[in-house]
Amino acid sequence: MEEKCKCGNIQKDTFFEGLLNTYLPEKDNLIQMLNEIQEHYGYVPMWTQKELSNYLNVPMAEIYGVVTFYSRFSLKPKGKYNISVCLGTACFVKGSQKIMDRLQERLGIKQGETTKDGMFSIEETRCVGACGLAPVFTINGEVYGKATVQKLDQVLDELIKNKDN
Amino acid sequence: MKTLQEIQKIREEKKKELELRVNTKADTREKHILVCNGTGCTSSKAPKIIENFKKIVKEKNINNVRVIKTGCFGLCAKGPIVIIRPEDTFYAMVSPEDCEEIIQSHIIEGKVVERLLAKDINGSKVKSLDELSFYKKQKRIALKNCGVINPEDIDEYIAFDGYRALARVLNEMSQDEVIDIIKKSGLRGRGGAGFPTGKKWELTKQSEENQKYVVCNADEGDPGAFMDRSILEGDPHAILEAMAIAGYCIGANQGFIYVRAEYPIAVERLKIAIKQAEEYGILGDNIFGTNFSFNIQIRLGAGAFVCGEETALLESIEGKRGQPRVKPPYPAQAGLWGKPTLINNVETYANIAQIILKGADWYASIGTSNSKGTKVFALGGNVNNIGLVEVPMGTTLREIVYDIGGGIPNGREFKAAQTGGPSGGCIPREHLDTPIDYESLKAIGSMMGSGGLIVMDDTKCMVSLAKFYLEFTVSESCGKCTPCRIGTKRMLEILEKLCNGEGTELDIYKLEKLAVNIQKASICGLGQSAPNPVISTLKYFREEFRQHAIQKECKALECKAMSQIIIDEEKCKGCGLCQKHCPVGAISGEGRGKRVIDQNKCIKCGTCLTSCPFHAIGN
Repeated sequence: MEEKCKCGNIQKDTFFEGLLNTYLPEKDNLIQMLNEIQEHYGYVPMWTQKELSNYLNVPMAEIYGVVTFYSRFSLKPKGKYNISVCLGTACFVKGSQKIMDRLQERLGIKQGETTKDGMFSIEETRCVGACGLAPVFTINGEVYGKATVQKLDQVLDELIKNKDN
Repeated sequence: MKTLQEIQKIREEKKKELELRVNTKADTREKHILVCNGTGCTSSKAPKIIENFKKIVKEKNINNVRVIKTGCFGLCAKGPIVIIRPEDTFYAMVSPEDCEEIIQSHIIEGKVVERLLAKDINGSKVKSLDELSFYKKQKRIALKNCGVINPEDIDEYIAFDGYRALARVLNEMSQDEVIDIIKKSGLRGRGGAGFPTGKKWELTKQSEENQKYVVCNADEGDPGAFMDRSILEGDPHAILEAMAIAGYCIGANQGFIYVRAEYPIAVERLKIAIKQAEEYGILGDNIFGTNFSFNIQIRLGAGAFVCGEETALLESIEGKRGQPRVKPPYPAQAGLWGKPTLINNVETYANIAQIILKGADWYASIGTSNSKGTKVFALGGNVNNIGLVEVPMGTTLREIVYDIGGGIPNGREFKAAQTGGPSGGCIPREHLDTPIDYESLKAIGSMMGSGGLIVMDDTKCMVSLAKFYLEFTVSESCGKCTPCRIGTKRMLEILEKLCNGEGTELDIYKLEKLAVNIQKASICGLGQSAPNPVISTLKYFREEFRQHAIQKECKALECKAMSQIIIDEEKCKGCGLCQKHCPVGAISGEGRGKRVIDQNKCIKCGTCLTSCPFHAIGN
């Protein structure tokens, strides 16, 4: 992770240096680079946007515009457990909205938010592609298929129990 | 680098070796254990199954068995799937713990493991893939290699006629000859709109410019559709080959595949495929010793449905917000960086090589008068055989839902099928016998779309379904034009009112009016088609909208504000199952006494409804 001192200067880390070495400073590389940043840090920190703006010679406002346009990019860090409920049609028809409602109720946050302790975040996704297992939700990419409200409760209980230990 | 002769040699050798994949009577001692590694099966531990098989084969020192990872077999509902060739035994819902038994019993002792055999809809066990009714009415062209070859091995693709079409095109045919074949075949764009593919190629070729591009649209954003992903995962080389052929025809030397970052397996296999093709000299400079050069790069999308629209996709490749451009000019005249660009969808490309090899007449003999060939559908929702099906155009919806899909589970009735995702519409019971092609779907208020086909049973609320699609459109509208940005939001608000029991008949009228205006005034396909789900549900299920607006009633129990779940005292036998299953403890009662739901606690999740053996719970 980056080190930030009070004056706002940022010490770039090795990942970021490597990224600049991989991509030529051409504007059309912006989304590819943001994808890697999102993958690595779990979100797109503001300082990376400033750095990209310098490197690619693209105004900061335009970069911010791109980051907020695409749903894969997030400006805030996700929770330790990022729970993503599929709201694709196949899952919706099999009741995934109920899973989403229950999840929000249990964690007390809305989709797109992270719990205060940084443990959980909720997001919705459109089709993980495991329609045969509908409805599904994923936790950090691991797929939980044929989900029910009870199954979700069990999984959450387990995670919360582990957290306390 | 390989010469044409060397590739021919690989083909002949590999063909012999792999005969057992397609011929059940192949004369060989070898056995191939094929394990589906599509996204569906991967989600239910297919990689672990492969690992176990390989470990056991090694431990037991068996030398006539190979474990192969393949693309999707199609029948996702029965995953993870394992098929053993040449005998074609179909094992369903295999777990990593079953590997030992399969090896011991099937491979060593020659006895089929009965308990793992797939069951057909009538309950009978089937021994081989061809016996399953799921496959009987299908015709696999675009999915030809999916589930047959190892997508990460270029030699296997070459064995099944891979890159033969490219070699023929480069060495024996002129650009116009190829375009002529594609035109005659009648192939139309599989992305949804159905523009004639050959015509598109011709238009792009006619644009005079030194630099041109070929783009593959693999930004499959339609929720519930996964055809393109399965093709990329199961047969990535077919796309590369078709793109190179397209490049030759229009005079381009650079291709881009724009694929969703949410498809990690597809991206990985594409990367491997491109690398292998480059090593063989099938991509790169002077392909097969000709003066044609072609390279392909992958560009990752970042989760924006609108980028499936061709001009928005181009903006995104250029590194910008994916907002559509005003057409004309069309991409064929001014596309990527203002240069003429050919954009086709994955499934369209998947047909190209076979059309070249087997001829335009062969392809044109399949399908209906205006829609040729086959179409892949991602069959999902309330249907028994969830999965990927490829059928000739003109197959009826009834055949897909009942014969292939095996009908509706839990003894429920068919209510509607939704095609075309957020741009399409609902097809009710009375149109079950419509032969599916581009024109007929349009005539009944839906569209072909990219191929999502979601079946809904009679417990689904159509108002809430319309709301679901509008929520999608509102969150995916790019914001460029007003009718789509604000209009869809207003439509959603009205639908929310209806679902909350606050709507009136006037709202239904307003909804219809808005829908027509948005259709007419939006810039791109997303906005123009956004009202379709509302228009078609209103057309066929108007009564349901009226029930929501006037009686404030949702018969399907989906609109929570209007529904109460109650237990019928007469039918309740006091078994307590509902109480046991209720996740919020809203049900009270003791012993064999009647159970009661506390409406304040109830979250209407419906768990009690499905757990009651006496059907005593309802609204």
